[in-house]
Amino acid sequence: MLVMRGIRKSFDATQALRGVDFAAEAGEVHAIVGENGAGKSTLMKVLAGALARDGGEILIDGEAVEINSPMTAHRLGIRAVYQEFSLVPHLSVSENILMGQMPTTRVRWLVDWPEAHRRSREILARLGFAGLDVHQAVSRLSVSHQQVVEIAKAAAVEPRIWILDEPSAVLSQEELDRLFALIRKLKSQSTLILYISHRLDEVFQVADRITVLKDGLHVGTVRPGATSKPELIRLMVGRTLSEVYPQSRRPPDGPLLEVDHLGRPGAFESVTFSVARGEILGVFGLVGSGRSAMARAIFGAEPAETGTIRIEGQSLRPASPRQAVAQGIALLTEDRKRDGLVMHLSVRDNVSLSSFGRLSRSIVIDRARQDSAVLAKTRQLDIRPPDPGRLVRYLSGGNQQKVVLAKWLMTEARVLILDEPTRGVDVATKVEFYQLIGDLADQGLAIILISSELPEVLGMSDRILVMRDGRIVGESTRAEATEEAILSRAAGVG
Amino acid sequence: MMDASPPSESKLRGWWRRGRSWATGAEVRQLARRRWIDYAFLAAFLLLIILAASVSDVFFTSRNLGNLLRQIVTNGLISLGMLVVILSGGIDLSVGPIVAFAGIVTAGMVQLQGLPLPVAVVIALGVGLLAGTFNGYMIARFKLQPFIVTLATLGAIRGLIYVYSQTPITPQDPVFRSAFGTPLIGPVTLSVLIMLLAFPVAAFFLRRTTAGRAIEAIGGNEEAVRLAGINVRAHIMLAYIISGLAAALAGVLLASRLGIAQPSVGAGFELDAIAACVIGGAVLGGGGGTVLGTFGGVLTLGLIDNLLNLFNVQSYYQQILKGFIILFAVLARRRER
Repeated sequence: MLVMRGIRKSFDATQALRGVDFAAEAGEVHAIVGENGAGKSTLMKVLAGALARDGGEILIDGEAVEINSPMTAHRLGIRAVYQEFSLVPHLSVSENILMGQMPTTRVRWLVDWPEAHRRSREILARLGFAGLDVHQAVSRLSVSHQQVVEIAKAAAVEPRIWILDEPSAVLSQEELDRLFALIRKLKSQSTLILYISHRLDEVFQVADRITVLKDGLHVGTVRPGATSKPELIRLMVGRTLSEVYPQSRRPPDGPLLEVDHLGRPGAFESVTFSVARGEILGVFGLVGSGRSAMARAIFGAEPAETGTIRIEGQSLRPASPRQAVAQGIALLTEDRKRDGLVMHLSVRDNVSLSSFGRLSRSIVIDRARQDSAVLAKTRQLDIRPPDPGRLVRYLSGGNQQKVVLAKWLMTEARVLILDEPTRGVDVATKVEFYQLIGDLADQGLAIILISSELPEVLGMSDRILVMRDGRIVGESTRAEATEEAILSRAAGVG
Repeated sequence: MMDASPPSESKLRGWWRRGRSWATGAEVRQLARRRWIDYAFLAAFLLLIILAASVSDVFFTSRNLGNLLRQIVTNGLISLGMLVVILSGGIDLSVGPIVAFAGIVTAGMVQLQGLPLPVAVVIALGVGLLAGTFNGYMIARFKLQPFIVTLATLGAIRGLIYVYSQTPITPQDPVFRSAFGTPLIGPVTLSVLIMLLAFPVAAFFLRRTTAGRAIEAIGGNEEAVRLAGINVRAHIMLAYIISGLAAALAGVLLASRLGIAQPSVGAGFELDAIAACVIGGAVLGGGGGTVLGTFGGVLTLGLIDNLLNLFNVQSYYQQILKGFIILFAVLARRRER
């Protein structure tokens, strides 16, 4: 039914799609997997008309079609749920669901509001969310309900091709089950569902066929029954992941950072722990467990109200990130685009941002010193392309994250707090990061690794803290920790 | 069957919506969850009226109220256009010269070309349409910043006015003043009536038409609107066209009220219009704002002007006050987004 041939698309110098061939049939759930930057989302955006392609052709039912805008895609029955929300926050649920297809009265340009509310209620009911108030402004909904609205939007008309780009990231298991029920229903009505996900378990559960993209090319299409997860990962990454986590590490030294009864009412309470030189302390907790707030407090971004922090025995109470940086504390935040990078500045500027004092003479930046320092970090972290003048917005997610890390290494930090360092980073870069974090610990840094990826915490940490409801509810060494024990601690069961 | 219990909240809401189609459900609900700043403005407004009534014995005369209404016609119309543009996520700084240009074109067509007034008005509105189309095209087609584009046209149109006429034009035909300035009902003239009607029309446009909804959505998340398959460019252009037309209409009515069209009129009008929108709860940069609130903003500013006039306070003090009101309103709402 759908055939895409030789699809090409470039962003500036980066070739996102290098001639992708892709075919899918009506009434199937076709999953598309690949590392970050493999071109999955780009391919889907081309199909949905959100991006104009540079070359190649798209055929539907054997006929070449011209898709050059979301409008033309809609007319062909192609609907997409994008990874980034495309909602208008201050408008109502109804209006967001029906955007672009508001029911009108007999006078064509007049909105028929009662009909709009009725129709959106009906769509939500079909999705199993009849309880959602359609008058409510979208900005007042929880993230998972916003995702529901996003899905409802694409389900507003019965689509012929339904694109779901990472729909599950913010959904609960129950909400996900309802989504799968809807997918099955649409499938039985011979809709083609294109499903993009990082979660391979999910892909195996829902897909009829799986297409793997790598570096902007189609590398294979398989049936879930005829393959396995390791096999799929091998296709995605192009090699086997024998040694993901660094194996031989130096034993940790004496304590460097000591945190005693740190607290801020409403965020976290009575947090006590220490990290040694050369140690990686993993912190695991679900979203809202207070882990990020605790990290921000140590970094002085939102200072704690009670308790003490000592670094090498010296007590400090950072009231601002500026003070924390001066004391050798660095925080890699979980949202790099929001808190970590200045997207329209170069790699050079971003890497130097926290170290201007070190890189300047009086008030003038010493360009030679800056260039050599930045270049050294670029090499150390293998930032690609190794061009300090490149604007960070043109780098891939993994390389952007390396730029943030380079910025903190530049400050000669002694304590490195990493909040979700591998979020949105492709598998290969993840492995690089793991090696790098291990090396940094070996160089004597104290590292606090906050993550919601349990395998990562288990694989990397010397010790593991579990947080729940703003408190530390468990501590174990790497050797004694098990996935089940940590998960049940974090979730508050058992 | 009659229900003895008091109507539920949702029933009340429905009643509100049906009963006042232009103060729409969303607006009423928005009113219900106003913040202290909105109450503060409402209180300030009532206080102003009480103050006016208690210290000035001429305030509540029909003559003064008539004056007040005639004086807010200009800002009322400009503010509505401005609201539409602000809702779309933009701003229109070029309204002042459009007002002047439209006024002087009307007067010139009547006095110099000897055209009938209706024809002159249509030509003046055409001027506003052209200016708005130009602004909108530059902003939508080339993705330029509205602030810069309209700042540029602000200067350019002001220059164009002087190309057309360097001196004020005073039409001798009495129709020029009487057509819009003759009291119809009490002190309400045709110009006041046009302004008063423009508010429900604007509310209806924004709330009930697909174009109005698209414009408001663009201000919230332009990419989402584009991905929904809506023509974003056309709607952004429409917003500036509406603003240009509203300013031109304001210019015609202002020239008619004064009986003279001056090339220099309109300086700082954009400030008044932005102030009215912001006092009424509009978020600069897009993301909400109501016609009802803007009406309140226009009235408040008009009242301040009127009072300061009654007390013979110089107009530049009024400017200082307005500047600070905008700052205050923006400051007080800065966490709302």
